[in-house]
Amino acid sequence: MRKVLTLFTLLALMGMALPLMAQDEEAAETPEPVIEWECPEGFAGQTLNVWNWATYIGETTISTFEELCGVSVVYDVYDSNEALIARLRQGNPGYDVAFPGEYAIAILVRDGLLEQIDTGAIPNYENIDEQWLGLYFDPDEEYSVPYLWGTFGVAYNVNVVEEPITSWEQVWAHEGAVVWVDDPRSILGIGLLLLGYDPNSDDRDEIFEAAEYILANSGNVVAFAADDGQAQLARGDADIALEYSGDVFQIIADCECDDFVYVLPDEGSIADVAAMVLLKDAPNPELALVFMDYILDPGVMSLIVMDVLYPTTNRAAIESGFIPDEILNNPVIFPSSEIQERLFLLEDVGEAEQAYNDAWDEILIFGGN
Amino acid sequence: MVAGLKRALRKHNAFILSLPALFWLLVFFITPLLLVLVLSFMSRDITGRGTLPFTFEQYERVFTTFRPVFVSSINIALISTVVCLLIGYPLAFYIKTRRSDAVRNLALFLVILPFWTNFLVRTYAWRVILGQSGPVNTTLLSLGLVDEPVIFLNTQFAVIVGMVYTFLPFMVLPIYASVERFDFRQVEAARDLGANDWHTFWRVVLPQTMPGVVAGCILVFIPAIGAFITPDLLGGRDGFMIGNLITRQYKGTGNVPLGAAASMVLMGAVMLSLLVYIRFTARQER
Amino acid sequence: MADDVLTRHVSHEDDGRAVDRARMRRGLWMQRGGQASFNALSWAGFLFLWLPIFILIFYSFNDSRQLNEFRGFTLQWYQNIFDNVAGSNVQFSTGLMMQAFRNSLMVSLTATIIATIIGTMVALSLARGRFPGRRYIDSLLFLPVVIPEITQGVSLAMFFQLVFEFMRRVDGVAWNYGFTTIIIGHVAFNISYVAIVVRARLANMNPRLEEAAYDLGANGWQTFWRITFPQILPGVMAGALLAFTLSLDDYVVTFFNNGPGSTTLPIFVYGMLKTTVTPEINAISTLMLVLSAVIVVFSLVMQRNLMGHR
Repeated sequence: MRKVLTLFTLLALMGMALPLMAQDEEAAETPEPVIEWECPEGFAGQTLNVWNWATYIGETTISTFEELCGVSVVYDVYDSNEALIARLRQGNPGYDVAFPGEYAIAILVRDGLLEQIDTGAIPNYENIDEQWLGLYFDPDEEYSVPYLWGTFGVAYNVNVVEEPITSWEQVWAHEGAVVWVDDPRSILGIGLLLLGYDPNSDDRDEIFEAAEYILANSGNVVAFAADDGQAQLARGDADIALEYSGDVFQIIADCECDDFVYVLPDEGSIADVAAMVLLKDAPNPELALVFMDYILDPGVMSLIVMDVLYPTTNRAAIESGFIPDEILNNPVIFPSSEIQERLFLLEDVGEAEQAYNDAWDEILIFGGN
Repeated sequence: MVAGLKRALRKHNAFILSLPALFWLLVFFITPLLLVLVLSFMSRDITGRGTLPFTFEQYERVFTTFRPVFVSSINIALISTVVCLLIGYPLAFYIKTRRSDAVRNLALFLVILPFWTNFLVRTYAWRVILGQSGPVNTTLLSLGLVDEPVIFLNTQFAVIVGMVYTFLPFMVLPIYASVERFDFRQVEAARDLGANDWHTFWRVVLPQTMPGVVAGCILVFIPAIGAFITPDLLGGRDGFMIGNLITRQYKGTGNVPLGAAASMVLMGAVMLSLLVYIRFTARQER
Repeated sequence: MADDVLTRHVSHEDDGRAVDRARMRRGLWMQRGGQASFNALSWAGFLFLWLPIFILIFYSFNDSRQLNEFRGFTLQWYQNIFDNVAGSNVQFSTGLMMQAFRNSLMVSLTATIIATIIGTMVALSLARGRFPGRRYIDSLLFLPVVIPEITQGVSLAMFFQLVFEFMRRVDGVAWNYGFTTIIIGHVAFNISYVAIVVRARLANMNPRLEEAAYDLGANGWQTFWRITFPQILPGVMAGALLAFTLSLDDYVVTFFNNGPGSTTLPIFVYGMLKTTVTPEINAISTLMLVLSAVIVVFSLVMQRNLMGHR
């Protein structure tokens, strides 16, 4: 994986005709991440139940935590914010920590499904970049501890898609298989954006207009994938996949090839930020806070970023020097401030949530039959 | 006298033996179904869960908006059943007509074994086979039969292949059971009476193996119409089925009463096809 | 059901069969070259059943990450599984997979034992008893077989949700989905399958033997263990095997009723199929195929031996 990234950087550097030697030495100096975090006493033998997105944590993150604290972690995954919300509304099935996205956090707070978090009990909380604190879903920093963020964009196979993609229109017009993610808010959000509406519209008419627009432009869509569009792209069953950034970078790293590119169209797109939350009725809230503190350790976070390739909200990790430059300086993995201006966050739309659901049903039904 | 008493006691005991099953099925099967039935007549609140007042709204939506999905699901399930029958019937005969017991048992074993391996893994294999860079397309391309890869995956075709593959044993085994009971001397009798092959098959063989055929069709059709994993893994947008739509309502921030109504309608459709079956077998027995 | 056919085949003695087959050979399909096309059709059927399995095995040894080329033989993917280094996906860990496998075995064994006991009891009751309402129990037993799995899974999950909510309100106890809810669901559909298979066996059994035992002074318990049980044992075994298979392979009911830490193998595999593209999946699938083939062969041999002694 890192070999490929190094190769990319080298190619880029040659293009820019920079002094290669100096850069090379710097790259070689990137130290292995060191975990300085120490587990507080008294948790040995306990169990923590963690519920996360698939492909959203480092390979060794959980096992290291188990070793350091002498605890065992039950780790399960979900594939969408909606799945998480629906399951929590039925009552917490027994998890301590989850990693919902921003609007999901707002909904969970509204529905009273989260416990307040005493950020004072998390020493590493101060590692988080101010930019990500006090956002709309948690203005008083009571319920969430920011983890990673990311973007929603276009991944495509350069062997089949000849023109570089810079606009959503090119995706709609592509002749060949396209896979969309089964995520009503993101796709309809793009539709609303392109129609000139607020991507967080709570107006049922606007939402249905966006649905019509989306449906009209979905002739080339072969599947609505539940968080696995990147796999269809990698196997060659789709030319283009609308996906979350990190998922795509993971397959780019896995395939050891340069067939795939991820871009954010010029019209703008969606950014998401996921945060750790403490679930209501969590069986082990104390250990949950210890776990959050562990995740916020710069070394731990750097290892996570190097595996999942999502940008982190953790300033200390970014500044630690553990994360290789080819990841940090990649403007698509860690979007530049210029790109960030074109991104927007999804918000809780309250009662309109069901309108998005109904609109999405119609897209699913009338698309295929 | 004593024996008579014991027998009477035994008859009483017999009912007691039914109690655990009765309890389990009433509590963990019938009660949940009744709950879903009640829920299917409810409205939804802003989070999509059931709430009062009672309404027919969900059923209305199932029969209007959802209708195309029901129609295509029935289509897919019917085609899968017919294809299963076309492959399964000769297969059952083939197994029965092997000469040695060993070969026959081996043949039966070969039909059953894939059925005993993980269903998801088998379905995944079809994802590989039918993919754009999979063996089917590679073969077609290298033989020059096509110029560019054919899109098999993410279509109804792929779903049907997956279903036929998954449910074929359900078709073969009941047919085999009824072929096994078939007395082949009747074939000879029919021929002696001057019937040709086609007549013999149509008038003698098929009617007597019909119970197996019908049982097989039911056993394939029921799981096929409610399937959601096969369409999810193979069908993409084109092969979207009612099972996927129902799952969506429960899993996401979906409309739970709507999902309940759709599953009630699905159950109704299955019950209806069973009534037809019962009618059919009743007529056979007469 | 599958097994029932096989069982009957191995067990039942049939003198007319050889004659049947001889006549059959001269009979229906044999003339005018129909035989050849008939055989070809059947072989195509077998090929269809086995092709995906061969392809998976083939690719699991292919020394390429791409599917459309064969670069030679490798054991790399198997090695990776044992070394825990497959892709960049934490789900793809041998440890987690083995845990899921153990969970699956635990769930299936428990559900099979409960369902086999309850299912055999109800089968006996229906075959021997003459009480009012018998017909209703009979139809009730068929319901789980004919109602779509997804309806079962969903309705059971909603039922538990209500029970849990009720318990929280009344008792303040936080009950949750987990192994218990999965097992309850598996038993609910397995009772029927066991009962149907055992009843088929009971139908072939001579009730006079039991009568004779009673008349000779044996009590109900003795009669059951000495006379009835040995006779229906193959049926019970076949039912249990079927229940075990269905339970081990169940995704739908489990999916709607599982909780933290109760991930079974099908749930795990599904997550893996949806999120990973590495060739290790082919190797894992091959290993699972071999494993289930061994289990099947083993259980068939066991069963045959058991019946051979009866």
